[in-house]
Amino acid sequence: MMGANWQIFTGFSLFVIMVLIAGLYCILVTRNLMRVIIGLELLIKAVTLLIIVAGYVTGQTALAQSLVITLIIIEVVVIAVAAGVILSIYRHNESLAASNLTSLKG
Amino acid sequence: MTLIDIILLTAMVVAASWTVMTRSLLKSTIGLALTSAIITIIMFRLDSPLAAVFELSVCTGLITAVFVSTISLTKPLTHKEIIKLSKDRAKRFWYMPVIMLAVGAALISVKLPVDFKMPLKLAQSDVRSVLWNSRQLDIFGQIVVLLAGVFGIVLLFKERKKK
Amino acid sequence: MPSLFILIPIFGIIILNLPFGRLLKRCAFWYAFALFSLQIILAITHNPFFWSGELESISKFFNVSFTIDHLGFLMLLSIGIVCLSSLVVSRYVITDEDERFNFINLLIIASIGLCGIVMVKDIFSMYVFLEVTAVSSFILIAFDRGRHALEGAFKYIVMSSVASIMMLSSIALFILLSGDTSFASVGAALKGSAPGVISQLAIVIFLCGLFIKGGLVPFHGWLPDAYATAPAPAAVLLAGIITKACGVYTLIRLVTSVFGFSSEIKAVLLVVGTLSVLVGAFAALGQNNFNRMLGYSSISQIGYIILGLGTGTALGIAGAAFHIFNHAIFKSQLFVNAAAVRVATGTKDMNDMGGLSSKMPVTGATSIVAMLSTCGVPPMAGFWSKLIIIVALWRSGNQIYGVIAILASILTLAYMLSMQRRVFFGKLGPGLENVREANFGFSAVSIALSVITIAAGVCFPAIFNKFLMPLAEMFLH
Repeated sequence: MMGANWQIFTGFSLFVIMVLIAGLYCILVTRNLMRVIIGLELLIKAVTLLIIVAGYVTGQTALAQSLVITLIIIEVVVIAVAAGVILSIYRHNESLAASNLTSLKG
Repeated sequence: MTLIDIILLTAMVVAASWTVMTRSLLKSTIGLALTSAIITIIMFRLDSPLAAVFELSVCTGLITAVFVSTISLTKPLTHKEIIKLSKDRAKRFWYMPVIMLAVGAALISVKLPVDFKMPLKLAQSDVRSVLWNSRQLDIFGQIVVLLAGVFGIVLLFKERKKK
Repeated sequence: MPSLFILIPIFGIIILNLPFGRLLKRCAFWYAFALFSLQIILAITHNPFFWSGELESISKFFNVSFTIDHLGFLMLLSIGIVCLSSLVVSRYVITDEDERFNFINLLIIASIGLCGIVMVKDIFSMYVFLEVTAVSSFILIAFDRGRHALEGAFKYIVMSSVASIMMLSSIALFILLSGDTSFASVGAALKGSAPGVISQLAIVIFLCGLFIKGGLVPFHGWLPDAYATAPAPAAVLLAGIITKACGVYTLIRLVTSVFGFSSEIKAVLLVVGTLSVLVGAFAALGQNNFNRMLGYSSISQIGYIILGLGTGTALGIAGAAFHIFNHAIFKSQLFVNAAAVRVATGTKDMNDMGGLSSKMPVTGATSIVAMLSTCGVPPMAGFWSKLIIIVALWRSGNQIYGVIAILASILTLAYMLSMQRRVFFGKLGPGLENVREANFGFSAVSIALSVITIAAGVCFPAIFNKFLMPLAEMFLH
């Protein structure tokens, strides 16, 4: 019984790890600021799925859903603030290229 | 783990890769919404209907709206900049599926020992009672985060006063 | 009634934002002032009426259990002092009334988040309040919407969100291990089973997330940028308490109560602490920007705190906690002085300054006090906390780390003296003839913070018995 649950968890977490890799790659390699936020969003989605799977496997679906609902609300606020910062950066530089963000040295 | 689950998960990974690798920002946003929708279906299959509905309405709807409005408020890059940036785009980004497949193959072959006791399955309790009764602090935290977000949006999205 | 610490501010914010005209906006400053002063007073006098249990009427609709121990008292005191300093600084730096009103609201929200982090007993609730603090600090850093500030804020957003993702994946693994997220159940599950791969992985990922939040090497990339570009009152808050409460306090609480002191964790903490101390000190030597140098100095001092934690002994943890308090005081003071110098001279580059102590005597004198405390010179409080940490390192068999800590103190002396000489002593810099002493508010805050540093150092034996030994007793299971 426990072996089947563990197999489910590892199966799901394999795909979750692949989405995490996609998100991290996006953040590291991109040269456009908007894509950094898209990469962050992918990471958060992957972790949301991981929490739901952990809840399903241990039978704690109620707890996992409560956590995920809170998490989604917090995530929306963070993304909105990040989009606001990007908009302000755009208004300064007239461009969304990430190469403009290297003026701080030292 | 039935076949349907595997198909859904593969579709999710493909959508995520498309989101990362596609050239246009709007197509990336659509890819993100598509990934969200697939995750919603997976959550429905995992006995989590409330979270699935939340994810669908908030992530697929609201966040896509935020992204599209931000993208439309910023001018796209000029033609010269686009050519400069995308010259080596294919070279930069084709590593990703390779890395994913390699990591996936490595993880499948690694057999992690189940060396802990998974807790017993308790009686199913309702999400609403859990959220309202035992996790009140989280609800309170959500309210504070929303307040902070309102201040932030008012502050950051405001047009700068002409000096 | 500790839950009043987060209930009263939130009702205050809601009331302050009702559209009743300009009168409420002017009350905002005094409301926040009263709030933080009350917090300081309550944290010093351990009034049992306030701290034991909740009022009936509150617990009917707000059913949470907060219990505060001595570490919590220390943190609440530091939070109150730093928030109060930031509030007073904002009055003189932010001149526009509407902007100041927004700032005070965000400051109160940040203090709600910080008090929440310090008082919770559940890992996910700790994550929620960490995000509250993080979101309010993103907005505070980007407050003046200048080009550099936005860049620093963006880097901070990305690093902080990556740290949150790591913590959340650990929380998913903890649910798998224990079925619940409170400290007690996760701690029991981690101690019960033999150290398996999954529990080790969960702990390591969580620790990496906390290292990012606390600005420890090698995850410190965001910290100098954020400290250097934040507006003055936000920098005081960020450097004074936010980095420490989010990164270091959570480390102490989790490692002692939940993860346990295995030898691997101790080794990791000692190595990370040493790297932070050395990298911070060496990098601070070569800086020209005042705030940036203070940022690297913060990395170095937080390394000391982690070294104290890494010993795993009660004495080390007591030293680490006391150093948190001291660092909050002297680092906020240094940033308040940096803000005063910036307002008076209009520059942040130390090469353009010089000889300011003749024009700004109060700022110069208090800066000397803060410098002595940072370097660990008696009788300032910084000396005692560093001494405790080094003695704890020596006694627990980590003599090499103790020697490195002592050597790094010499480096600290070097860059601090260099800063003092370049800014305050020496010849008057070009174009600085019209510089006048800082405002009364700046001076008052600086003098108050210096008095606290000197008093904590001089009255140390009393503090040791009243505050630190109970704290150490708490960890002597």
